[in-house]
Parts: sequence; C-alpha cells; structure tokens
Amino acid sequence: MDIITRFLEKNGLVVAFLAVGFMMYTSAIISNKLTNKKIPASAIAIIMGLVLAYAGGVYSGGEKGIADVKVFSGFGLMGGAMFRDFAIVSTGMGASFLVMKRTGWIGALSLFLGIVLSFSGGVVVALFWGYTDAISLTTIGAGACTYIVGPVTGAAIGASSDVIALSIAAGVVKAVFVTIGTPFMARFIGLNNPQTAMVYGGLMGTTSGVSAGLAATDPRLVPYGALTATFYTGLGCLACPSVLYLLMRVIV
Amino acid sequence: MIIYGVAILAFCYVTGQLIGELLGRLIGVDANVGGVGFAMLLLIFLNDWFTKKGFSDKLTDRGIEFWSQMYIPIVVAMSAIQNVKVAVSSGSLALVAGIVPVLICLSVIPLLSKFAKSQPVDQHGHYNPVS
Repeated sequence: MDIITRFLEKNGLVVAFLAVGFMMYTSAIISNKLTNKKIPASAIAIIMGLVLAYAGGVYSGGEKGIADVKVFSGFGLMGGAMFRDFAIVSTGMGASFLVMKRTGWIGALSLFLGIVLSFSGGVVVALFWGYTDAISLTTIGAGACTYIVGPVTGAAIGASSDVIALSIAAGVVKAVFVTIGTPFMARFIGLNNPQTAMVYGGLMGTTSGVSAGLAATDPRLVPYGALTATFYTGLGCLACPSVLYLLMRVIV
Repeated sequence: MIIYGVAILAFCYVTGQLIGELLGRLIGVDANVGGVGFAMLLLIFLNDWFTKKGFSDKLTDRGIEFWSQMYIPIVVAMSAIQNVKVAVSSGSLALVAGIVPVLICLSVIPLLSKFAKSQPVDQHGHYNPVS
C-alpha cells in the first residue's frame, strides 16, 4: 500500500490527468443521462471539482483542497496558475477581430455592458454578504462575469483561496442558469438571428453557458454567441484586475 | 510542426504576462494587471494576421488547439485545489451572485438588439468555439 501511495505521489501530474479525465467522463454521462444535456458536462465537472476540494479540505485539514491529500498532489500543478493561464490564453483561437468587426459598435457595446453590469451586480451582492475589502469585492465581481475571469483576477490581485472558490462557484451558477434559461428567454428577447446571438454572447459572456444554451435554442447560432463570449473572457481578464480593480480601490 | 503552435502560444503568454507585471509595477499595485487579457488579445491578433497572410498551418494550429481543449479539464483541477471548506459558509452568495448579473444583462438585450442590423447567416470565418 505504501509503495502504491509513494508511486502515485511521485507521478502526481500524470495521476491528476487520469483523475480529471475520469471526472470529465463521469460528468459527461451524468449530463447526458440524468439531465438530458440540460446542464453542460463542463459545469458538472467543475462542481465535482469543488466537491472534491471540500472533501480534501475536510480530510486533510489543509487549505489547498484535494492537493493536500498526498496521492492527489498533482492537482496542484495541473490546476496551478501557469497551466491555467496558458490554457485560457489558447482559447483565444476561437475568436477573430475580423469577424467581430461585422457586429460593429453594437458588439463592442454589448461586451462593455456585459462586463461592467455583471461585475457591478457581483460586487453589490458581495457587499450584502459583508465583504468590504477591494480585493474580495473585485474577485467576486469578476466571478459574476465568468468562472474563468474570477480566479484569474483573484490570483492576479492576491485574493484568498476561499474567495476565489466563491467566485468560481458564482461563475458556474451563472453558466448553468444561462444554459437552462436561454431556450425559455429566446422568444422574449428575439434570439433567432446571428446578430442578436452575438449581442447575447457579449452580454452573458459565459462561453460554456452561451454555447450550450444556444445549442438548445438553435444550433446554427452557437458559433456567433461563442465568438463574442470568447472576447468577453479576454476583455474580462484584462479589465477586472486592472481598471475595475483600481476603481474598487478608489471607491472602497 | 505542433511545437511551433505551442511556441506561438508561449510567446503570447510570456509577452502578455510581462506587460501585466510591468503595468502593475508602473501604477504601483502589487498585482498582475490584466496579463492574461493582453496575452489572449495578442493571440487573437496574431491568428488573424497569420490567416490573412496565408501562413496558417494545420499542424501549427493543432499545437494551440490542444491547449484550448485542455482548458476545461485544467479549470476542473483548479476548482479542486481551492479552499472550499471555508467558502461553504457563504455558499448562498455564489448562488445569488451567479443569477443576479444574468437578470440585469437580460434586461438590456431588447434595447441592444433593436440597434443591431441583421445580416445573412453564412458570413463567418475561421474559429473553433470551446465549450
């Protein structure tokens, strides 16, 4: 038993690949069979990750979730800042300035409003829950943008891990809510053409939520929503730890 | 070559993060100011430029696409190393902070789409949405 534990610990990163692969597979099955694809597999997998972090914290008494359990220490490297930021930057391949230009100023406006409104909404909610420092408020506000912008911002400005966990959770709730809600709301907001889909992606911003929601509404609209949503992630990662953080520092 | 794609991605990452670090130093905050955002916009810009010049190569693209496919698994690993035990006590915040912004943004969509001019469905270029 000791040999196995030491072996798994020594090969941490590869063990993490295996474990996360298994989690992704399980969540894909849950998404298909139990929720009829209503909740995206990625959201289920992230919730599983958070549950795992909770279990790890309770089991080990540490602060780094499952990475404090020796066998799973590789999660720390795989989910660490370097790999995370590297992978997030790569998703920029899904966007194009040339295509974005075709929405004209309305696309840019929807991105701007989407980030500022979501951020402000998140900050106000965090205030109600008793957070008063600029770093926590900014991180939770960023989490209200997407579950990517939240942790990227939190790590950049030095937020505590539990606040980052909250920002991820808020982003996941948003993704699930957008996914389930999009088909219902589509009729009322005229979401039946590429132009509105791009505006929608720019306002909501959560790429997985927008993609899954549009797929349930009209699969042809998915690329348009995903395009602006990808820009949203980039601009959110740019604006939240800079302009919006500085603004919060001035206000608080 | 796949490594070319990975190297292009690494170039964007290093450049963007450095700009973020320097910008933080410049305005006097101890933070990486928007490094990931700069890196991402640089990659989008380079990708557009390569496509326009006709430099794009399938294998090179695949070096970047591999990482964009690893994005969700890495985010799952990231969630698994947070201090969730402490966060659970204010878990209801996550619920409200996730839903309220969506409702706010929804309310401005009818206004915005009124300004949007409609265009035919077939006009789109090279992109691979990651979900």
